[in-house]
Amino acid sequence: MIPAAFDYRRAANLDEALSLLSDGGEDAKLIAGGHSLLPLMKLRLAAPSMLIDIGRLRDLSFVRDGGDHVAVGALTRHRDVEIDETLRAHAPLLSHVAGQVGDPQVRHRGTIGGSIAHGDPASDLPAACLALGASFKAVGPSGERTIEATDFFEGFLETALSPDEILTEIIIPKATGAGWSFQKFNRRAQDWAIVGVAAVRGERTGISLVNMGPTPLRATATEAALAGGATDAEAAARAAEGLDPPSDLNATPEYRVHLAQVLVRRALEEAGAA
Amino acid sequence: MKVSVTVNGAPQEHEVEPRTLLVYYIRDVVGLTGTNIGCDTSSCGACTLLVDGESVKSCTMLAVQADGAEITTIEGLAPSESEMHPMQEAFREKHALQCGYCTPGMVMAAVSLLQEHPNPTEAEVREGLEGNLCRCTGYHNIVQAVLHAASAGSVPA
Ligand SMILES: Cc1cc2nc3c(=O)[nH]c(=O)nc-3n(C[C@H](O)[C@H](O)[C@H](O)COP(=O)(O)OP(=O)(O)OC[C@H]3O[C@@H](n4cnc5c(N)ncnc54)[C@H](O)[C@@H]3O)c2cc1C
Ligand code: FES
Ligand code: FES
Repeated sequence: MIPAAFDYRRAANLDEALSLLSDGGEDAKLIAGGHSLLPLMKLRLAAPSMLIDIGRLRDLSFVRDGGDHVAVGALTRHRDVEIDETLRAHAPLLSHVAGQVGDPQVRHRGTIGGSIAHGDPASDLPAACLALGASFKAVGPSGERTIEATDFFEGFLETALSPDEILTEIIIPKATGAGWSFQKFNRRAQDWAIVGVAAVRGERTGISLVNMGPTPLRATATEAALAGGATDAEAAARAAEGLDPPSDLNATPEYRVHLAQVLVRRALEEAGAA
Repeated sequence: MKVSVTVNGAPQEHEVEPRTLLVYYIRDVVGLTGTNIGCDTSSCGACTLLVDGESVKSCTMLAVQADGAEITTIEGLAPSESEMHPMQEAFREKHALQCGYCTPGMVMAAVSLLQEHPNPTEAEVREGLEGNLCRCTGYHNIVQAVLHAASAGSVPA
């Protein structure tokens, strides 16, 4: 399967990427690792007129200790997030989740920024970012802004980024020593989650869900129940409250609701035991 | 668009359409057909080769994205005509293939795996090969082969 033809430009730095993006017109698209975009292009579900390759922006591949937070460059590959010692110490949920994405080949190419900008409800890293209370830095023609993860995922594959903006950095508040858990339920090793749960319990509590609606989601009813003093079992029973999970080959909505409740309970128990 | 890469140590330079996938570039332009295409949808791993030493599914990368990279394919592993790479040797020793279609990708993924985990457990081998499907062997002997290669010592790329 071959994608439809497109023009290809490789950006040497962020400024060049921004100007290529604003000059490229409506159908220009950024490509980072290409591991969400190329499969769509091969199926002709996407046919951008121009690809702007930001894969060589090495300045945007980093993990930095920022004192009360860890900053991760948008172009940092899943493999590099997985093995980074700073993240393992201060946000172990994120490095663990990066190690659960797809398979080693996918993790050698895919980037954290690409995963977040794509905004797929079935993807793992956005859920981890929601649970950790992350925020995202983006740069556009009118400068830089910071968007909270909770305000970022707007609809199916739709985010708060405008077409001329580039996601540059993921800010993760440190969760050193906090309890955490990631529950990914799938039937074959490399598959996407049928349902997944990311949980953090410590000074801040965050519970989020994979594949339970049109976007990566927070389990707000569970979070509220925990804040109100509910037991883990009571809070878990409310995991799917207000949600409208999708139906596909793998699972009906009813089965997904059941999975969410069971997986949230397991996640709360595991994260609470730390 | 011009692409310059090193394939199995030899410099290559060609004009390609930007939409050319790396696997088609390697097979049809460079002419090395050891890298197979199985699913063509990023799932099976048959097209796995090494880009700058790391395993990559070459059906899910553009040739232009590889510009400047060092690529190793199954043809580039063996040190000479008469000698096999230790991972190839281990696959033969442990009968780790039947039809052989998945084998080039499996071997390349296994070489990359041992670079990241030189002494893997059986579970780590199974997980490390999760991106590669085999329709024949049931994986058992493949896992044995990778463990055998690991125990035999350093596996060069
Ligand atoms: C076989 C396979 C299995 C997978 N399994 C999983 C899985 O289990 N869990 C999971 O979470 N993911 C999975 N993925 C997806 C993988 O994680 C992708 O790497 C990731 O979703 C996208 O990152 P990328 O760098 O490849 O982005 P690309 O494909 O390059 O880009 C994706 C989108 O984001 C935009 N974009 C990229 N970077 C930026 C940026 N910095 N600023 C603004 N926009 C940007 C692009 O324009 C494009 O629209 C899988 C992929 C494959 C091929
Ligand atoms: S052909 Fe590339 S993963 Fe199957
Ligand atoms: S040996 Fe036939 S597919 Fe693996």
